Amino acid sequence: MPWQLITRSLRRYPVRPPDSGIARRKSIWERIHLDPWLLGMLLVLMGGGLMVLYSASGQRIDTVIAQAMRFGIALSGMVIIAQFSPSTFLRWAPLAYGAGLAMLLAVEVVGDVGMGAKRWLEIPGVIRFQPSEMMKLAVPLMVAAYLNRCQLPPRLRDIVVCAVIIGVPVVLTAIQPDLGTSLLVASAAVIVVLLAGLSWKLIGLVAALGAAGLPVLWMNMHNYQRQRVLTFLDPDSDPLGSGWNIIQSTTAIGSGGLWGKGWLEGTQSQLEFLPERHTDFIIAVLGEEFGLVGMLLLLTLYIMIVGRGLWLASSSQDTFGRLFAGSIILTFFIYVFVNVGMVSGILPVVGVPLPLVSFGGTSSVTLLAGFGIRMSIHAHRRLLPLKGLNSGSAYSQEW
Amino acid sequence: MPQRRDTLKNPEQELRIFRVRALLAVLVVIVLTSLLVSRLGYLQIVQHDLYSTRSEKNRVRVEPLPPNRGLIYDRNGALLAENRPTYNLTLVRERVDDLDDTLALLVDLLELPEEEIEAFQVRSRQRQRPFQPALLMSDLSEEQIARLAVNRHRLPGVEVEAQLLRYYHDAEVMAHALGYVGRINAEELQDLDPGRYAGTHFIGKTGVERFYETELHGEAGLRNVETNAPGRVLRELGRTDPVPGANLTLTLDRSLQMLAYELLDGRRGSIVAIVPNTGEILAMVSTPGFDSNQFVTGIDVASYRALQEDIDLPLFNRAIRGHYPPGSTIKPFLALAGLVDGVITPDSTINDPGFYQLPNDSRRYRNWLRWGHGRVDMERSIAVSNNTYYYTLAHDLGIDKLHERMTNFGFGQRVAHDVQGESTGLMPSRDWKRARFNQPWYPGETLSVGIGQGYWQVTPLQLASATAALANRGHWVKPRLALRIGEEPVPEELPDTLPDIQLANDNWWNRVYSGMEKVLNGSEGTARRTGVGLEYRMGGKSGTAQVFSLGQDQRYNAEELEERLRDHALFMAFAPIEEPKIAVSVIVENAGGGSTHAAHLARAMTDAWLLEDNAPQVDEVKEVLEEDTANVEGN
Repeated sequence: MPWQLITRSLRRYPVRPPDSGIARRKSIWERIHLDPWLLGMLLVLMGGGLMVLYSASGQRIDTVIAQAMRFGIALSGMVIIAQFSPSTFLRWAPLAYGAGLAMLLAVEVVGDVGMGAKRWLEIPGVIRFQPSEMMKLAVPLMVAAYLNRCQLPPRLRDIVVCAVIIGVPVVLTAIQPDLGTSLLVASAAVIVVLLAGLSWKLIGLVAALGAAGLPVLWMNMHNYQRQRVLTFLDPDSDPLGSGWNIIQSTTAIGSGGLWGKGWLEGTQSQLEFLPERHTDFIIAVLGEEFGLVGMLLLLTLYIMIVGRGLWLASSSQDTFGRLFAGSIILTFFIYVFVNVGMVSGILPVVGVPLPLVSFGGTSSVTLLAGFGIRMSIHAHRRLLPLKGLNSGSAYSQEW
Repeated sequence: MPQRRDTLKNPEQELRIFRVRALLAVLVVIVLTSLLVSRLGYLQIVQHDLYSTRSEKNRVRVEPLPPNRGLIYDRNGALLAENRPTYNLTLVRERVDDLDDTLALLVDLLELPEEEIEAFQVRSRQRQRPFQPALLMSDLSEEQIARLAVNRHRLPGVEVEAQLLRYYHDAEVMAHALGYVGRINAEELQDLDPGRYAGTHFIGKTGVERFYETELHGEAGLRNVETNAPGRVLRELGRTDPVPGANLTLTLDRSLQMLAYELLDGRRGSIVAIVPNTGEILAMVSTPGFDSNQFVTGIDVASYRALQEDIDLPLFNRAIRGHYPPGSTIKPFLALAGLVDGVITPDSTINDPGFYQLPNDSRRYRNWLRWGHGRVDMERSIAVSNNTYYYTLAHDLGIDKLHERMTNFGFGQRVAHDVQGESTGLMPSRDWKRARFNQPWYPGETLSVGIGQGYWQVTPLQLASATAALANRGHWVKPRLALRIGEEPVPEELPDTLPDIQLANDNWWNRVYSGMEKVLNGSEGTARRTGVGLEYRMGGKSGTAQVFSLGQDQRYNAEELEERLRDHALFMAFAPIEEPKIAVSVIVENAGGGSTHAAHLARAMTDAWLLEDNAPQVDEVKEVLEEDTANVEGN
């Protein structure tokens, strides 16, 4: 079996942190608890994103400035979060989770209706945000924190607890209704469980149940959600209505060809044929103006970020850090995959932005907050003997 | 979070599990990314051409550029029909913040009555493509435009658009001759070449505008424009300019046309004047007229109904569609027919006892002069308008010959080259009567036809054309309205022109003219009062058309009859006799007082055309008319 080969080969090499030199002086990056590679790639991504956004917004510099300012805030947030020790997150996880749940319930009761769905919570004049967005971090954090206490691979009882932790907020989000976010929350949390070592049997069972549950899901979907799925299956059935988006976005991407029409030269994008062109469908602008080459460059950048993220995760010293960091980075990839998939017409249209490229504040803040946590995990490593210690959490040493 | 005591953690195993799972995740990431890459490759490489085409189609739109319609001038270059820029108020709903506020502000600014708000609302809600302007109001005044310009910042989405609209000078006078353009209707749209008319909103509906539609319209151009998704034009990628329609120079003389209109003075009637040797129609007036400019933008229902229900039928073009019994005006033509067929000679005479009797028939066909004119030759028959002479002539000629000869003068058929909607009139014949009434032709009916009554009906245009042919010594030239199309003159010889009328002796023409001259200057001439002070030789013939047929021994008394039951007054004339420059027909409906009314108008027309320095004043003519009418009524 190839898997056994892989695991055996891994076992052959002692698992150690990649840089275990006690004597080595801390670099400036370590002192500010940031990973230069990851930060660099994120900055490149954001820079490129701003350039595409300039084109996608109809060359409105104020939109670009607004986005850059959000990036600035989000980056500051990331740097601040990175300064906290991971144990802080571990401790605050239940609180964040509980607060998030409370807010989701509050949304159900007093939430603002926007676009036919209750998603927003507003303290007038102060802040207006989507609690479900926060749950994208809070739920995996909670699951990772819970699993951190358990012996891994998780036993059935732990898995049931995890299922409850995940299930409640996911259902609350889904009934807002915001299927896209609820699925992303769920996948972020489920990834934690998967990375923790959920048994393959259970994975198979859940997959089978899920497949069987599809009709039930269909029955409980809202009309517009069903319409999206139907449109996805055959966009030409309603070319001026719900099929318009996908027809225009595939046309934009397809007409870009190998090299694209050139920056600011995309007719689909510049002439407003492309809907949501500076938010969810921004990748179509890139595809039209920079062609396949531009798309591949972007995807490569994303893959490198994911790769670096996974590498850092696996070099974490404790379970909580690994699970959470792994989940954050894989969720990041899911964003990319779902967004590009939907814009290019291989997935139904769900409201998932392209990470750090689409215009929008909340998602960048959430994403960079996640990166902040995962940099904190990476940078606050302690050099500890790995064997013969059952203390579980490396962070408990700190205090 | 406190550590649970009952669990034993194995970090090494947990790390191993994680790494295996992470590796798996990497594989999944790679697989999913490959899926995306292959999809993108499919779209951007394999299907690139398809999507390129689609995207081109999306953005490039072909827009028609309508040509400017040709202008219409009279023979001297006076502008009769032009295209005037008018300003329309339009509104793009998508760009208006608050529709109700905007509409209220507009009504306020334009000083319109409050009710207009509702009309505006209806018009602004008309369904159309997004970002297409809705027409709120057309033909803004300068002041309104200025007010809108000043308040522009308060009115986003509101635009003042320029549009060329047909405008007719002296519309009431010219309406029937020129016709008018109107918005293309659904029926017309079916027959039009969609390419040529793509951007055109107006089409000639009647008259010259209709007949010369092709020439006046011109060729549409087009431009490729780049549009965005809401359909707004962003820039022009290429264009073919439209070819404007040809300017049309008409044979009409504006001042003569105006004079004719004023002479008719609001009565129902018609005057047609033609240049005999060229067929050029100098004037073609039907009264009352109407304001054809109303029809360009679309006349409102109330005004249209008022026009339609007007008892004077202002929309009816009497000059080409009015059917009138020609009465005695056709006597010179009948005399010519008699000469052609040898039924009479210029010198043969009849004795008129005041009536005519068919052989074996007791019915008396009366001369208008009860006691008769005595011995009458051809010239005198014309001058005094003797009926008995023509009863005899018609009887001797027979209806078949009579029909043939009169057809040769253009009666009973369309005569003009380019007059839209001309009626054929009616020249009765045996065949016609058989077809129409399934009855044989009776000899008595021939006698009626002989004095221009009975079934015979002519249009003023026919009467003028026949007069022109007569003045032209039988040479036919088709009457026409267009002198030049663009720079191209309309040829003198036109197809389907009637054959010339040949007389055995060319001098006989002069004998007929002489009879016609005596109408005006002879001591017994029926229009001798009109001929007073003529400065040139003029030939004419009077006629009255009975609206109301009288019993055999009844006498006619104009006073007793309702105005609308009075006879129509007719006159046909040409001048100068030696070298005719104008032939004219005049019909005044229910003029009463015999034919003199029409004769005065005819003379005013010839005076105006021939005496450039001494053109008649309309007021003077009216004075004479009044005097004359008073005389007749005083008798």
